[in-house]
Amino acid sequence: MYSAADLRKGLKVQVDGAPFIITDFEFSKPGKGQALYRCKMRNMITGNQLVQTYRSNDKFEKPELEERKMQYLYCQDTEYHFMDTENYEQIVIDKEHLGDNVNYMTDNMDMEVLFFQDKPIDVSLPMFVNLVVTKADPWAKGDTSGSDSKPVTVETGYVLQVPPFVDEGDKIQIDTRTGAYVTRVKE
Amino acid sequence: MLDLPGLRFRAAFFHSLRSFFVRQQFLEVDTPIRQPLLLPELNIEPLASEGWFLQASPELCMKRLLAAGCNRIFQLCNCFRKGERGRLHLEEFTMLEWYRIDAGYEDLMADCEALLSSLLADLGEMDLCAVSKESLLVGERVIALQAPWERLSVHEAFARYSPVSIEQAMADDTFDEILVEYVEPCLGVERPLFLYDYPVELGSLARCKDGFPHLAERFELYVNGIELANGFSELTDSREQRQRFARELELMDDERRQRSSMPERFLEELAGLDRAAGIALGVDRLLMLLMGRESVGEVLSFAPGDFE
Repeated sequence: MYSAADLRKGLKVQVDGAPFIITDFEFSKPGKGQALYRCKMRNMITGNQLVQTYRSNDKFEKPELEERKMQYLYCQDTEYHFMDTENYEQIVIDKEHLGDNVNYMTDNMDMEVLFFQDKPIDVSLPMFVNLVVTKADPWAKGDTSGSDSKPVTVETGYVLQVPPFVDEGDKIQIDTRTGAYVTRVKE
Repeated sequence: MLDLPGLRFRAAFFHSLRSFFVRQQFLEVDTPIRQPLLLPELNIEPLASEGWFLQASPELCMKRLLAAGCNRIFQLCNCFRKGERGRLHLEEFTMLEWYRIDAGYEDLMADCEALLSSLLADLGEMDLCAVSKESLLVGERVIALQAPWERLSVHEAFARYSPVSIEQAMADDTFDEILVEYVEPCLGVERPLFLYDYPVELGSLARCKDGFPHLAERFELYVNGIELANGFSELTDSREQRQRFARELELMDDERRQRSSMPERFLEELAGLDRAAGIALGVDRLLMLLMGRESVGEVLSFAPGDFE
């Protein structure tokens, strides 16, 4: 159990049966009054925000969270299959729980999967991934339209803006936090 | 940790505080920081020290000095409150307290106005001072510092800013939450503000207002939504003070109650005190505002993080 005095930014607590991460924290104590712990929190499953003020005697359960190293194997329709790299156990996560992450996931990629009470709720990808461009309009030399970017499609089906010199078949690095192009990668 | 210009500013600030009180014929006193007994206060958790306690405030000793015949006294000292940490809180912080006999809480409000004006005269021209033309600059906000400052009763403040009345908030036991959430952010944003006349339950050492037994003559000074000082007309009726302490002790949990007890000697000496008023001001917070900083830790020679 955590007590209110343990609350701080980044701490994970369980509220009404769901895991929350504290994204903003403020201690306040009006003169002669009691200590108040004001928390902004994000539900780690739904992403919903919650703002709550707690008192010193409030207690919090520690959410049962576990991170496991897994390999993403393949997807079939909306089912994404993963394998635990230590015990080879396989699990399936539905696409809707993966959000934007599916834009950056390629077969056999290693990642951490977060479990809450033995149910997978999130994956954390490497900060940068390298993906092959599968569709790009050729760069017309001497193009004077002045545009400094063009859309391309990468192997996962994700479409993003890149500089005009990127061609089909190139490998590019993408920042998984923002989804933005970083650089062209040489093999 | 403050750099050298910051340390110089802090020193000049302390010097200016002291010279203001000395000019007004206040006697500077220094009472023990470590004491065997603290006044029973429900919401203050003391830091223990070898069976005694580090003071949460010098109030007890200073009121005993008043009762012993001092007219006007002040003290700049370090105080300790366990578990208080945040942008505006530290477990160890600097307190300024001053007490006057033959005075009420209005006199202390006038002292606050005069003190700030004296600080500005001494420090206003220094590079680090976030004051320009008698206005305090806090981000985009310009707070006019000329006296007289705003005065707003707690009753009126709740009527103006809170979704429920003060009576309702007291009945629901949500006074603190509503004060912090709805009321405080609106206080002292154009000019400093005195919030005054608290429900008597919230001023265990304050005198009742004449003709209004449910109100205590207590006030808080706010600047930019930040509470800077808490003052009151002192309760000098030792029988009533005993009852208030008894109530405070009753509300404590068993563990706390075992460590607290009725301050008999204080109550005995209180009987010798007539009309008086006293105030405690958070020195680090005031310095934080004057230096245009965001947190009290930034205006100390050493903050807790500087030991890591």
